[in-house]
Amino acid sequence: MTDLLAARSQMAVSLGFHIIFAVVGIGMPLLMVVAEWRWRRSGDGIYLDLAHRWAKGTAILFAVGAVSGTVLSFELGLLWPGFMAHAGAIIGMPFSLEGFAFFTEAIFLGIYLYGWDRISPRAHLTAGVLVALSGALSGIFVVIANAWMNTPAGFDLVNGRLVNIDPLAAMRNPAAFSQTLHMTLAAYASTGFVVAGIHALALLRDQRNAFHRRALAVALLVGAPAALLQPLSGDLSARVVARWQPVKLAAMEGQFKTERGAPLRIGGWPDEAAGQTRYALEIPKGLSLLAFHDPGAEVKGLEAFPREDWPPVAPVHIAFQIMVGLGSFMALVAGWALALMVRRRDLRAHRWLLRAIGVAAPMGFICTEAGWIVTEVGRQPWVIHGVLRTADAVTPMPGLVIPFLTFTVLYCFLGVIVAWLLYLQVLRSPTHAEEEMPVSARPRELG
Amino acid sequence: MIDLFTLPNVLAGLIVVALNGYVLLGGADFGGGVWDLLASGPRRDSQRALIAEAIGPIWEANHVWLIIVIVLLFTCFPPAFAALSITLHIPLTLMLIGIVLRGSAFTFRAHHGEDSTMPLYWGHIFAIASAVTPVFLGICLGAVASGAVPRTDRTDFYGGFIAPWLTPFCLAVGALTLTLFAFLAAVYLTVEARDIALQGDFRRRALAAAVAVLVAAGITLAVAMRSAPLVARGLTASVWALPLHVVTGLAALGAIGALWVRRYRVARLAAAAQVSLILWGWALGHYPYLVPPTVTIAEAAAPPLTLTLVLWALAGGALVLFPSLAYLFRVFKGQPDRKDPA
Repeated sequence: MTDLLAARSQMAVSLGFHIIFAVVGIGMPLLMVVAEWRWRRSGDGIYLDLAHRWAKGTAILFAVGAVSGTVLSFELGLLWPGFMAHAGAIIGMPFSLEGFAFFTEAIFLGIYLYGWDRISPRAHLTAGVLVALSGALSGIFVVIANAWMNTPAGFDLVNGRLVNIDPLAAMRNPAAFSQTLHMTLAAYASTGFVVAGIHALALLRDQRNAFHRRALAVALLVGAPAALLQPLSGDLSARVVARWQPVKLAAMEGQFKTERGAPLRIGGWPDEAAGQTRYALEIPKGLSLLAFHDPGAEVKGLEAFPREDWPPVAPVHIAFQIMVGLGSFMALVAGWALALMVRRRDLRAHRWLLRAIGVAAPMGFICTEAGWIVTEVGRQPWVIHGVLRTADAVTPMPGLVIPFLTFTVLYCFLGVIVAWLLYLQVLRSPTHAEEEMPVSARPRELG
Repeated sequence: MIDLFTLPNVLAGLIVVALNGYVLLGGADFGGGVWDLLASGPRRDSQRALIAEAIGPIWEANHVWLIIVIVLLFTCFPPAFAALSITLHIPLTLMLIGIVLRGSAFTFRAHHGEDSTMPLYWGHIFAIASAVTPVFLGICLGAVASGAVPRTDRTDFYGGFIAPWLTPFCLAVGALTLTLFAFLAAVYLTVEARDIALQGDFRRRALAAAVAVLVAAGITLAVAMRSAPLVARGLTASVWALPLHVVTGLAALGAIGALWVRRYRVARLAAAAQVSLILWGWALGHYPYLVPPTVTIAEAAAPPLTLTLVLWALAGGALVLFPSLAYLFRVFKGQPDRKDPA
């Protein structure tokens, strides 16, 4: 394994690990606040129990998210000093703002988690709202920095150096809006669906359990609108990519030839050596229509770009197919559920919907990971698109396979522990609301 | 005086302010872990419970000071950040592993049911990681002070990536950092302990840590003459050196004296002042360098527009941050007599 590949792998593992916690850190506080708000309004103790459980889950996930996020901020320099030496002065601005948003989130999460009996109800709910808001804001600031790597702006490139730096123009880069919108919706959709899915499956086993009904309703309230809107935001993102990173779009679609009226490929396996994508279901003119909103538009294929500027085509194409496929399924399920909810139908009567929500439970996270593969691997071989190659940014430190393996093992270990604790603390542990229910209504217990 | 307050100098100063915040707040949380590791005697469990209760609501907020330090460093002084990241890759990585294990294990212990022995293991990991992390932080700060970054004269692996930080001086600074954090934590815990016996436990620990700090500081200073001549010269020959040492010494004596007569709030103030003064002495000893002996603050600085915008962002952020922090500490540290909500 070369040092460059080890550095890229370590970054991928770190980001892939952290993003799960970041997503939950954005979505979970909203669930917890909605539950507490409903409890304060209705006095229904089940909502209080939900708020407590979700707060506990948030506490565990936020802690791991905070420390893994710290690792990432150091890794920017530990792995890519060449990138930071060039880009620090330009994209430091959103990171500085993120620092304050994160500070606010950490402060009010501490107040929320430990302050139930210490502050007034109104102050407590406000603290929760501030956690949800600042969590979303910190995600937005970090994604703005990532968007700049895709569509760099706010500087002039003179003799390989970035001069006339304007950090505010850099923050207004072309991909900033579409990427932050897509990621924020992804956070709510992923978190909402994973929680909804768990409780939908529980409801299938036990229809009368009020606990799971309330939980499903709150989770769908957060997750379903986001999942329904996500394809629209995806369309916006794809058109930004089509305009500013045509080589990435070509890789996403497995489009080797430049052509007018390019087809949309569903599935398929891109063969870089042969220069074609095999076994795909092709919808005529579909890609031109989607990417440029014009069935006759010309789509640039990979062949239009020098070979050394191609990203690895197969992983990008396949990750994109996974994201779009699973995301579409989530949007359909979300539409189905919302249509029933606005007509005030009882979701328990629709067992196929409950099953579909259960199936969709992990899909948001799979989509999020796939989406980051599309955007990060699709940007290769550049770290700053068109400006700085990844290979020129890597640290001269040798033996990078050792830190890569160390962090991989560490994160696998932490991932297993977190999953186990969430099972023990959030999904299983008996609390007041459950004890009032018949024994048969309790979640399955292990001996 | 005018050219002392240039934009780059002001931002470098603000980085030290953030580092000071991290040392006083985050550092004390690490120190708490050290006392968890060294918990002993008949009140061993109450010592651990007090530490967990003191750290619980605030450690994540305290940790963010480090993020602010690193973000300001890479935004305002990108070449310095790049140079530090290359030469200090190994100790920084080890520090990060410590940070990850400390935070995760603390949270895992807090959220593990009572019904298993797992909290015990998490407690050990939390305590050991708390003790190891400050040493690596100190090693990194020592490496900067000794002028070993960036190491350009040696290109082999040992010379370029290990020799700069594996020195007696860096290890001494690592030990000093550890003792300072443990000292701060013990002093803070005397204020937070509710019963007299527990207060006494941490008073004795604080006094012992104060002695350890003096020993570690003495060794560090002695080694510094040889290993970090630039910073050592700053610390002995500058116009500010003597007043600084006098005030630091007074703060140290004040902290020990106040502990002796059980004036714990006074001791907390004096200890915080003492540690801050040591940090500022370290920082001022570098001036005008950011990474001695080659990179000055002015040379490493980002363009003025970036610095100006960051300054505005810091001003705006401070408006949100300080009232929020004050509220956090008022809720959890203001009324030590109130019942634990858990």
